[in-house]
Amino acid sequence: MARSPYRAPEPGCYDPRMAERLTRAEVERIAALAHLELTADEAERFTRQLGDILDYAERLRHVDTTGTTESWRPSAPQSALRADTVRPSLGPHDALANAPDASPADRDSDAGFFRVPRVID
Amino acid sequence: MPPTAAPGDWTIATIRAAVASGDRSAVDVCQTYLDRIAEADGCLNAMTLVLRDEALARAAEVDARRADWRDRPLLGVPITIKDVICTRGHPTTAASRILEGFRPPYDATVVTRLRAAGAIVIGKTNCDEFAMGSSTEHSAYGPTRNPWARSRTPGGSSGGAAAAVAARLAPASIASDTGGSIRQPAAFCGVVGLKPTYGRVSRYGLLAFGSSLDQIGPITLTVADAATVFEAIAGADPCDATSVDAPVAPVDANLTRGAAGTRIGVPRGVLDASDAGLDAHVRQSFESALGTLAELGADVVDIELPHAGYAVPVYYLVAPAEASANLARYDGVRFGFRAAPPEPDSLPTASLAGMYDRTRHAGFGAEVKRRIMLGTYALSAGYYDAYYRKAQQVRSLIRRDYDVAFADQGVDVVAMPTTPSPAFALGERTDDPLSMYLGDVFTVSANLTGLPAISLPAGLTVDGLPTGFQLIGRPFDESMLFRLGGALERAAPWWRERPSAAGFGGAHPVS
Repeated sequence: MARSPYRAPEPGCYDPRMAERLTRAEVERIAALAHLELTADEAERFTRQLGDILDYAERLRHVDTTGTTESWRPSAPQSALRADTVRPSLGPHDALANAPDASPADRDSDAGFFRVPRVID
Repeated sequence: MPPTAAPGDWTIATIRAAVASGDRSAVDVCQTYLDRIAEADGCLNAMTLVLRDEALARAAEVDARRADWRDRPLLGVPITIKDVICTRGHPTTAASRILEGFRPPYDATVVTRLRAAGAIVIGKTNCDEFAMGSSTEHSAYGPTRNPWARSRTPGGSSGGAAAAVAARLAPASIASDTGGSIRQPAAFCGVVGLKPTYGRVSRYGLLAFGSSLDQIGPITLTVADAATVFEAIAGADPCDATSVDAPVAPVDANLTRGAAGTRIGVPRGVLDASDAGLDAHVRQSFESALGTLAELGADVVDIELPHAGYAVPVYYLVAPAEASANLARYDGVRFGFRAAPPEPDSLPTASLAGMYDRTRHAGFGAEVKRRIMLGTYALSAGYYDAYYRKAQQVRSLIRRDYDVAFADQGVDVVAMPTTPSPAFALGERTDDPLSMYLGDVFTVSANLTGLPAISLPAGLTVDGLPTGFQLIGRPFDESMLFRLGGALERAAPWWRERPSAAGFGGAHPVS
């Protein structure tokens, strides 16, 4: 935009990794971190699309943020403290009702539990 | 209440008055809207769920208790809920396969408050998956169509909510807005959409997307109706630590005060920026609305928002980063969908992690995956400072620009078009996510700053498509948005225009 405070990039003051195009290997590494299986087609497409988006985001490098604090949230929260008293909460029946695989609470297992694939041999 | 059989001009105000006085029963009103849904939603796909029996039972209860409940502000008013907001015992899917079969064990606070105000929840509305998108095309239910031109998107992510109100399937919808998801579809569908100040409305029971950005608000036909719903749902909630206990100004007094004595700031540099791509017809509608407010006595001044041009890149780093954390909970263990094991399950020791990966692969759609990937990248070691932290710093500068306009230049609101273009065609931007994101250029800064903002109908383009006029206010000053919105609406009552492709009278023209 015409009136933005663009500053000429100063050589050497940026993380050089930002200027490099996103690679497919990097996309596959990120997918593993995010616990997302990707098809070969998705990996190829995301490499291109995320690369375009990150290239566009490069323009943030030109903003002088020296001494600027971050806005992690729009406003400071009011005190969220409350008295530490016991209150009714979700019971085991309701908590397990939406699980794709659960063992319900019954006489044999008093609380019930979520079932997941085997983790340990 | 108008004598017409179809709910063409019915508003919350007219429905409430008719039900409270006994001129029309809540059951009759409810049935009229259910009939309208049956007539028109087949071609719009705005609804993901219609709660016919429950709504009629609740309407009968309203009629039975009319004498005791006559002061309730939403008495007998049918309302739809965006499918990212929990309704106890009823499917709440975020338009995602990964929440297939999920029935929340509790109601969102906003739903509880609506019911306490006398409203009748008649159904859930379609949206982009987990509210990520600007067109309602990223939905497991398929796209919603724009009631003004069914070959076009209704906007998003709350496309179903906006289309439902525009097509008179309900007089009001409750939706969420993380980067424009209430205001942009409201603009595309020619209705009023309010994003309240961050913290105004409890988000307990809203499926989280961007926790520092999300806010719940109403979509309605008129400004008065938006104010009425806002008043009913605003307020602190012990279940949402980010909700704020701030007084809500009485709505009625402000709605009719007029524009005289107010000051409106226009960031010309933002509108003229080449990468904003402002459409000539949208600009014309914007200038016309601005001219109307000036004639009514508002002082219109130019302002500078030097960092507003960075709002889109900041938003598309911050929002995906927050989303990648919020969506980590969808892992096929506690709720919703779980992918079947591969055949044969040859690696038992790795099978839990494999189940996560397969479930998220099959359960999430392309846009959600893209944002999880983008957010995970921006937060990952080596990139956090350059992307995420940098974006959060520029976010502070964007907010500071607004503070300067409010404090130093004394403006009460900042005015911008809601969107750079009218509704675009279905399929036009789905293969080019960046072009979809750039369309959010005028809406995302209100979320990054937490400021309240409203989109108002500003007339039609030569092609008969609605345009939106946006006002962004000071923190917790929604009443100024209602005041100026009310003044504009009285001078230019665009909401009375009925969408041309909404199947009124049983006609289903193909457009």
